[in-house]
Amino acid sequence: MFQRTSSTNIRFVVFALVSVFLIAVDPHQSHLKFLRTLLTTLVYPIQYVVNIPIEITEWGSTTLVTHSTLLKENERLKQERLLLSRKLQRYIVLETENRRLRKLLESSFKINDKVLVAELIGVELQTFRKQVVINKGLREGAYEGQPIVGSTGIMGQIIHVGPFSSTVLLITDSDHALPVQINRNGLRAIAVGTGNNNKLLLEHLPNTADILVGDLIITSGLARRFPSGYPVGKIKKIAYIPGEAFAKVTIEPSAQLSQLREVLMVWPNEKADEINKYLDDLTTKFRQ
Amino acid sequence: MKKSKKGNGIIAMSFIIAIMLTALPLPDWAVNWRPDWVAVVLIYWCMAVPDRIGIFIAWFLGLLLDVQQGNILGQNALSMTLIAFLTINSYQRMRAYPLLQQAVLVCFYLLLYKLVMFLILVYLGLNKSDWTYWMPAITSMLLWPWLFIILRDVRRKHRIS
Repeated sequence: MFQRTSSTNIRFVVFALVSVFLIAVDPHQSHLKFLRTLLTTLVYPIQYVVNIPIEITEWGSTTLVTHSTLLKENERLKQERLLLSRKLQRYIVLETENRRLRKLLESSFKINDKVLVAELIGVELQTFRKQVVINKGLREGAYEGQPIVGSTGIMGQIIHVGPFSSTVLLITDSDHALPVQINRNGLRAIAVGTGNNNKLLLEHLPNTADILVGDLIITSGLARRFPSGYPVGKIKKIAYIPGEAFAKVTIEPSAQLSQLREVLMVWPNEKADEINKYLDDLTTKFRQ
Repeated sequence: MKKSKKGNGIIAMSFIIAIMLTALPLPDWAVNWRPDWVAVVLIYWCMAVPDRIGIFIAWFLGLLLDVQQGNILGQNALSMTLIAFLTINSYQRMRAYPLLQQAVLVCFYLLLYKLVMFLILVYLGLNKSDWTYWMPAITSMLLWPWLFIILRDVRRKHRIS
């Protein structure tokens, strides 16, 4: 009896110390990446199973639809496609022109990044942080710090990579800061998260800065982590507080952070060969 | 005294289900009321079979939870270790208590568990929680009698000791 108690005490002290060591080391250094990757592999099957009912309902809602709904959707998609392809034609012309002009200026400029579609896994993480899990990991070439984009704007970045899944920190997490600029005049700022799903704050913009409600905010690409030129959101409110040097600027993120199921992983520095080839083909066609 | 291997699968399964319940998405209003499933199941097994479920298993479960929730590594691990330590040191008393008194003790242990995590978050500057942070201790307390009876029946059926 006594023996067991004393061995439990020793074990408690040892493992408590190991935990304290982990807590002290983990936030600052990357030595523990290996351990985390290993454990993520163990946890992934559990998360996968939790996600199955959600997948099934999703599958059900796409499979069990009426003929007329499908027809309507098809009609809508066709229209959308037509509109988009019209826009694309103009875009292609503009892009070639832009490239030619850039070449004249001798500056290199990459417009197309390599992308891959990932799907969100419906599991709950720590409640007061804004994080999500996606179903792509090391196997697909994900890396720590990789930008994640939704269909309408920047979503966040990967903070932990496992073999089959990754954890994404959303731009609305209160520990997230994103270098941005205002599309209208190129004014640079930092957008920080608030922990609230539809609110970001622009920090340290002086009261006299040229900003208007409704201005489009895009990524500036300055931290080299996010590619430049992706939409972040629109300015929703500007509050000038008397006596304060900085205005309080609220942004509404353009990505629907709480609704998305599919997201894009972006490799900012790798050109998307396929898209480029496609564009080049089209360009030669248009020239002829 | 030879340790019995019987029922390891059942115990592991109960922990896996507990982690699943922790990962299960809930509607927004319910999120902050989710019981600390893993901690409660851990308390049960530490109380029922203290020879088999000890500090190391608690620590490992904590690490798994940390990874699942995207926390700093060690946060849950430290708190889980504490819970196992407290329970193993008081299992004889706990077994003798009536259910309600056990539930109150479980609530007390979970408050300590949450306090340790809270202090770690404050130390790391990551604390963004409000008063609802402490609610799981209460819901876990309400859950305890039912969970105790279910797990006891499972244990008896499979003769785990």
